[in-house]
Amino acid sequence: MKKLAKVLALCLAISMIALCFGACGGTKDQDDNKPELKVGFIFLHDEQSTYDKNFMDAAKAACEEMGVEYAQKTQIPESKDCYDAAVELIEVDGCDIIFADSFGHEAFLIDAAKKYPDVQFCHATGTQAHTAGVANFHNAFASIYQGRYLAGVAAGLKLNEMIDAGKITADKAKMGYVGAFTFAEVMSGYTSFYLGAKSVCPTVTMDVKFTGSWYDEQKEKEAAQALIAGGCVLISQHADSMGAPTACETAGVPNVSYNGSTVAACPNTFIVSSRIDWTPYFKYMIECVQNDKAIDTDWTGTIETGSVVLTDINEKAAAAGTKEKIDEVKAKLLDGSINVFDTANFTVKGEKITTYLADVNTDKNLEKDTEAIENGVFYESKHRSAPYFDVEIDGITLLDRNYG
Amino acid sequence: MAKLTETKHREPLFHVVKRDDMPEWKAWLIRVITILVGFLFVGILSMAVTQKSLGDTYSIMFTGVFGRLLEGSTTMLWKYLQEIVILLCLALALTPAFKMKFWNCGAEGQALMGGLASIFCMIQFGEKLPYITLIIVIAITSILAGAIWGVIPAIFKALFNTNETLFTLMMNYIATQIIAYYVYIEGGGSNVINPVPFGNFPVVGNNDYFVNIAIVAVITVFMFIYLKYSKQGYEISVVGESQNTARYIGINVKKVIIRTMLISGALCGVTGMLLVAGKDHTINTNLVGGQGFTAILMSWLGQFNPFIMVLMTAIVVFLRLGVAKVADTSLLNSSFSEIIVGIVILMLVACEFFIHYSIKFRHNKKEVKA
Repeated sequence: MKKLAKVLALCLAISMIALCFGACGGTKDQDDNKPELKVGFIFLHDEQSTYDKNFMDAAKAACEEMGVEYAQKTQIPESKDCYDAAVELIEVDGCDIIFADSFGHEAFLIDAAKKYPDVQFCHATGTQAHTAGVANFHNAFASIYQGRYLAGVAAGLKLNEMIDAGKITADKAKMGYVGAFTFAEVMSGYTSFYLGAKSVCPTVTMDVKFTGSWYDEQKEKEAAQALIAGGCVLISQHADSMGAPTACETAGVPNVSYNGSTVAACPNTFIVSSRIDWTPYFKYMIECVQNDKAIDTDWTGTIETGSVVLTDINEKAAAAGTKEKIDEVKAKLLDGSINVFDTANFTVKGEKITTYLADVNTDKNLEKDTEAIENGVFYESKHRSAPYFDVEIDGITLLDRNYG
Repeated sequence: MAKLTETKHREPLFHVVKRDDMPEWKAWLIRVITILVGFLFVGILSMAVTQKSLGDTYSIMFTGVFGRLLEGSTTMLWKYLQEIVILLCLALALTPAFKMKFWNCGAEGQALMGGLASIFCMIQFGEKLPYITLIIVIAITSILAGAIWGVIPAIFKALFNTNETLFTLMMNYIATQIIAYYVYIEGGGSNVINPVPFGNFPVVGNNDYFVNIAIVAVITVFMFIYLKYSKQGYEISVVGESQNTARYIGINVKKVIIRTMLISGALCGVTGMLLVAGKDHTINTNLVGGQGFTAILMSWLGQFNPFIMVLMTAIVVFLRLGVAKVADTSLLNSSFSEIIVGIVILMLVACEFFIHYSIKFRHNKKEVKA
């Protein structure tokens, strides 16, 4: 009986402590009714994914710079959970702007936008804002193909260096590319990378392998190794893990990275990396709301807005003169004297293309609906912010396909 | 589990003995204390990591689960209930199988197949069938799909005595790949199926999740009665205790295994339907999100009693949502939430262990003998 009394006393004591703390905490968070702006961010994963980390860093930086409050929900799958997360950020945290970072979040974010017309909803990589007709829902992307093109130039220069040094002959200048899925965002990326390399090394060819996942370290590593075994002398990738860069470092094959510098892990093989800096967009959307301006339905960041950036070049791996050449090409991209997808620079089945219907408007049957070529140039990201270049051009061999 | 250690020449340092003498109220007291200690532990650990006060930590957890409930907003409460019923429904589905000692580790796959049947009907027949007929078709096909996915390992177990743990696990992978392929076909190049506007469960009183919650409430009561008062429920217990006894008293063991797995799979199929028709209106391979495995623990911790399972799932979901909010507010890595929930579940499991078994040390034993 004594023992029981002891146990009961302990139990009571603990519950009292818990209750006491719980009760005094309950009233604390009610004094936040000052009219400061609050932005809520919805992320597919967390900072362990380079894709989400790129967004998170930019979001925190932009909020701090603009002096607004930051709120986040991580690990939100592409399901109704995204809608619920938006509702929570609005109703519980009091956010005035909601941003989501993954393609599959879009439909659920549009639903939330319909329910809360006074809140602004912004979505990266999406395709439906220009057809959805929801005034407070907006898409954004960046002309990352320009960044890839510049990274391609660095790759081409490296190939030239290898040819000059007698390591390979000009006809053996083959690059490898590890892609996630066989669709426009990736195809636009590797094609611009290839065209950048080709602009300085005309004999270059490229093999592409797809992993069928945005993040699969093992598969990306294996794909890179397979490409190297197949005779590729330089590797680049569009997938989010360290798989391909570390495979390159081990094999001593130069690598052009994506989403950020991998120089720390790959000091001998990392050349340069392109990435999208989302800070300019976040600042833009906050500014718009602060000044009661409408946010663009489709916003495309460019080199000019500071959205498309290259990391520092790793002098140890890059060819001599890479920085100067990149600056020169960048200037030409800025003044419009170079267009990445100029039809004069590539052929399809041996012929120059003059017309191409791209799938710009989202529909179930993937109907090709918009003419993308004007004046001999395929204008990417003009009819909507997300990429729609999905032409298979000569010189690039798709070793496999993976649609997910 | 090392229930009894055989005494050879020398007795081991300690051994574990089963105890049946603990009164029910005492067992419950221990559980309540464990839960309270667990919550205190969660608070202190969060406090240590986030540098916030204990009060703030609990307040944030409360907000993460109930939102602005104190100010009259029930939005988050419904979301909380929805999360509970999904985990609960999976736990309920697993319970008859576990009670029979059939280790169904395939809730994930069975629910995915149910969800696949739902989305397939929504897309194929959405525009062709009237609403009520469509819902009935969705329900029947989802239940069938889950049941079939569950009964395949059961048939092999009954006829060839295959290992059901491995078999059901493998079936999960197959289901995931089938979903991935289906998403590829339907989603086209983008790898995403947009929400389908047909065959969605009705919104009751501005509430998206009411129907789901009601359905699982009914299933909970049904499962309680089925296990406790029906003849089939009794057969399940007997087969679980000893297949030989079951055979001796004339129970057709094979039939019971197959029938029980049909029910288990069917209920997983229902969960898939609740997720697709009642929540997401689309599908991807992450539909169930690993909850099929958490449900195994919920079923065990609930001691195969549906009403205790309600309590256990409520606690686990509360922790999951609450600690996730703590992590998001303090910009912590989201693994923090998983770690905390894992630790508390471990505490609960340990608590059950000490309720059902006691440890006897060599030294003690001698004293008792003397």
